[in-house]
Amino acid sequence: MIKISFKIDTCKGCGLCVGACPKKLLRIAPDAINKKGHHPAEITDASACIGCASCAMMCPDCVIRIEKE
Amino acid sequence: MADKVLMKGNEAIAEAAILAGCRHYFGYPITPQTEIAAYMAKRMPKIGGTFLQAESEIAAINMVYGASAAGKRVMTSSSSPGISLKGEGISYLAGSDLPAVIVNAQRGGPGLGGIQPSQSDYFQATRGGGHGDYHMIVLTPDSVQEMAELTIKAFDLADKYRMPVMLLADGTIGQMMEPVCFDLAIDPAPEKPWATTGTEGKRAHNVINSLYLNPAELEQTNIERYARYDEIAKNEARYEEYLMDDAEIAVTAFGIAARVTKNAVNEARKEGIKVGLIRPITVWPFPKAPYEKAAEHCKQIISVELNMGQMIEDVRLACNCKIPVSLCSRVGGMIPTPNQVLDAIRAAAKGGK
Amino acid sequence: MVVFDKPKALLDVPLHYCPGCTHGIIHRLVAEVIDELGIEGRTIGIAPVGCAVMAYDYFACDMIEAAHGRAPAVATGVKRSDPEHNVVFTYQGDGDLASIGTAEIVHAAARNENITVIFINNAIYGMTGGQMAPTSLVGQVTQTSPYGRDPKLCGYPVKICEMLAELEGPEYLERVTVNSVPNVRKAKKAIKKAFQNQLDGKGFSLVEVISACPTNWGMTPQKALEWIDSDMIPYYPLGVYKDRSANSEVAK
Repeated sequence: MIKISFKIDTCKGCGLCVGACPKKLLRIAPDAINKKGHHPAEITDASACIGCASCAMMCPDCVIRIEKE
Repeated sequence: MADKVLMKGNEAIAEAAILAGCRHYFGYPITPQTEIAAYMAKRMPKIGGTFLQAESEIAAINMVYGASAAGKRVMTSSSSPGISLKGEGISYLAGSDLPAVIVNAQRGGPGLGGIQPSQSDYFQATRGGGHGDYHMIVLTPDSVQEMAELTIKAFDLADKYRMPVMLLADGTIGQMMEPVCFDLAIDPAPEKPWATTGTEGKRAHNVINSLYLNPAELEQTNIERYARYDEIAKNEARYEEYLMDDAEIAVTAFGIAARVTKNAVNEARKEGIKVGLIRPITVWPFPKAPYEKAAEHCKQIISVELNMGQMIEDVRLACNCKIPVSLCSRVGGMIPTPNQVLDAIRAAAKGGK
Repeated sequence: MVVFDKPKALLDVPLHYCPGCTHGIIHRLVAEVIDELGIEGRTIGIAPVGCAVMAYDYFACDMIEAAHGRAPAVATGVKRSDPEHNVVFTYQGDGDLASIGTAEIVHAAARNENITVIFINNAIYGMTGGQMAPTSLVGQVTQTSPYGRDPKLCGYPVKICEMLAELEGPEYLERVTVNSVPNVRKAKKAIKKAFQNQLDGKGFSLVEVISACPTNWGMTPQKALEWIDSDMIPYYPLGVYKDRSANSEVAK
């Protein structure tokens, strides 16, 4: 089971993770805004995540953490 | 009686630095101080030390910055134009509260100038030499023996107050040979928990830095540094008074100028003129006390310098302009002769300015 | 079992870099390498003036802030202080290394100084708001080349890896980038090798990382990564430019 978590308030909404996800599961939240005033990244379908961490590797701010049970 | 060694002033500095525990020296060739680098090049490899000739004086002072940050006693040396290049690095050393010893064997300036001795970097040295509010402690030896003693003192002061210390010498004392005794008391360097030697996983990281984008923080570091400078002014100002007790005329000079002046003072005394010498051994902090005293019982002060008149301003400030202070100087590498100083003393004795 | 998380050698503080600035990726790669080699306790990092000057707030190891251009000299002083113990790296931008600090990097390389240099080439001065750097491309519009860099006025961009490869001194020079996951992996491999070289006493190792500056390139973060492929890499080919130990000669 893959568990992906985002440090919402550290995200700057740069979108590099969105481009990196091979399964196109990530997007920039259309409405949610974090403490810094950015629209943070979010996953649309966590169950489809294969835990490849491509998103985390492209993230400049270490927002994404991935665990495998 | 401890044995003495006949040695050049420049080499005495290098040997004394090694005695003080300095094992890292970064230099660059420039007359009239290159003997220091040459001496270190020979000695350091034999004692497990580091001698490195940098690609420029700028690189050298930054290597000093690195070794000092890593907790080492470290030195560099140069002469006037090279010291100008080190100005930014010296300001960084002060701004990061890093100890280091910097030798300036002054030569005639400005620009490329000459290679003969001078004291025309007095302002540069005593006012910091770089940007920002800061000072270096500046020591002014006038003999090969003092070149050795004040080098050791420089390392002690640098570590004690965590700041750059300059040995302000000149080409003459650097090149002259005199017997020197190295049987000197050496205090080991203090612990440096602030140094960047690696956390070893046992402490939070140390940061050596002078960047403070928050102005209130930057102001605070300046205020704290100046509190330390006040301490230094109280405890570390050093000078020599020669035949000053009954003096009616005071002559003041440091370094090679003081050697010349002592001869003139002795001659003048033979002619019955009551004259004495005040010789600063630190020009920062500037020793105010002897001038305040002189202002009580002397008619005037003559400042003998190898520049167009720099220390004279500090002398006037020190005696609050209570008595006139005149200049007797040669520049460009010319050295005043004892007779020139004697004439100035005679003129002063006759009441002339 | 954690698959991916922030490396320990990066302190848990937010980075001040602009959204999409790949300094953040490169910081993480350096920190991952420090963790994997287990050297944080004896590593000293040197961050000179530039966007990354505040790296001393981000890396958990001891850090030193250096004057603009002088990090290789400061690193030399730190390394020579305790060559067996101290692991020393500099993290320099192109304005720092390829402009004001050219002499320092050339001579550290020529001395084969046993240090690791992480050189960030984003073809711009970022911290001061987007001026032309020695690495800015011909035609590149910046605050100080508003009509596009004109070689007749200010010459041609400097290729640091190629330049230093002519020196006998340096052990290892490689140019990488971080504009895609495969490239990030390759960049990490190069950075790890550059640190390993230092541990093995092999000498001067420099990794030039082509990095994005969306803000001052005037592009979205994603577009900036594409611009690296379309414009930067053709002028700054990726690859190993020197690897003395491996003696593999890069097909120039």
